[in-house]
Amino acid sequence: MDRVAETERTLYPYVTGSSVVAIKYKDGILMAADMGGSYGSTLRYKSVERVKPIGKHSLLGASGEISDFQEILRYLDELILYDNMWDDGNSLGPKEVHNYLTRVMYNRRNKFNPLWNALVLGGVKNGQKYLGMVNMIGINFEDNHVATGLGNHLARPILRDEWHENLTFEEGVKLLEKCMRVLLYRDRSAVNKIQISKITEEGATVFPPFSLKTYWEFSAFKNPTLGAEGSW
Amino acid sequence: MDRKVDLSAPHSMGTTIIGVTYNGGVVLGADSRTSTGVYVANRASDKITQLTDNVYVCRSGSAADSQIVSDYVRYFLHQHTIQLGQPATVKVAANLVRLLSYNNKNFLETGLIVGGWDKYEGGQIYGVPLGGTIVQQPFAIGGSGSSYLYGFFDQAWKEGMTKDEAEDLVKKAVSLAIARDGASGGVVRTVIINSEGVTRNFYPGDQLPLWHEEMEPHNSLLDILGAPEPMSM
Repeated sequence: MDRVAETERTLYPYVTGSSVVAIKYKDGILMAADMGGSYGSTLRYKSVERVKPIGKHSLLGASGEISDFQEILRYLDELILYDNMWDDGNSLGPKEVHNYLTRVMYNRRNKFNPLWNALVLGGVKNGQKYLGMVNMIGINFEDNHVATGLGNHLARPILRDEWHENLTFEEGVKLLEKCMRVLLYRDRSAVNKIQISKITEEGATVFPPFSLKTYWEFSAFKNPTLGAEGSW
Repeated sequence: MDRKVDLSAPHSMGTTIIGVTYNGGVVLGADSRTSTGVYVANRASDKITQLTDNVYVCRSGSAADSQIVSDYVRYFLHQHTIQLGQPATVKVAANLVRLLSYNNKNFLETGLIVGGWDKYEGGQIYGVPLGGTIVQQPFAIGGSGSSYLYGFFDQAWKEGMTKDEAEDLVKKAVSLAIARDGASGGVVRTVIINSEGVTRNFYPGDQLPLWHEEMEPHNSLLDILGAPEPMSM
């Protein structure tokens, strides 16, 4: 009997996405993620969309197991469909979607069969901006800026320093790009193909993928062992 | 050297599998080695399996798991075709494979490449790796031999190839992987699927190019030495 219970748990992820970074700005939310799907240490897939619009008011970004993210998108499809079928002029906002996801993630965690993801849910409804996060063990919170994975360690310090209320779109994009560049330098599962998305009262826009320039022209990079032959 | 070989190790297709789109359809390719531990249980397996008239799947990983998944998907697709009244699309076939792979991820160990042609989207290739992620790609590689092909494809792949260019690419790639991956070997099989139908091809070792440190095969040393008469004492 125990054998049956033992086999119903996710043990480890296979195809994973790296960090997601998101911030509130003047008109709504900006979210960035690279398009990489890693298979262990191999950078196997380089065109995976890890940020998707949900309904009219939200964006969902995910890191972690891609198959679980694809399954979550299916759950949300059904949720939004049923919401539309009420045909009552009301629609699920980002706070409600975040709450739904939190329940799903926490309940799966209690059954020892988690969806192996860290999710970022952002959106705007009726002028109210919302940005929240929930992960595979059910930890959830909302904040002005969030990040998953290595982004927690590399991007959030930058955001704590440089984020402020009422960033313009241009300032927001530049700030996210700064974070993504650091992740590109320092996260080995990062891939140089990034998608930035925004959501405002008007709706969601997923911008086309692009690559960031990187800087290597430090004299210490060119000559790292100057004065210390044999070191690195 | 191992003294004990495990002859009851599960049959695993070490494998190299490839699926490539071209302007008009897809070309699927695979090696033919199935191993049980270090023993080659089948040196001429067919890893490209039919799901419908217009959709085939390349199988890798556990032989048993990939066979049972293909069997179930073929069964579901058959029913779906009857109910739909027309050939199933490649996307539906790939999603059925994904459903089985994802919902049984704790039990299965199989990576699959689904490829085919339908009248709506033309030639398509979908990768379904371990875990049940589904990814549509212009080309896909899988199996243990694929490790040796990431660099090759990064350089050799081009958009808009002809049917012959695509098949040559697949043949070359599988043969390169066989050269370096102990778990891949045997013959190269290809399946070409387009609006006209399906073509199966078979390329034994002597029809493939030779790579670094490989030599022309001969029947005997004696042929090379110019066949001197054996000395009689």
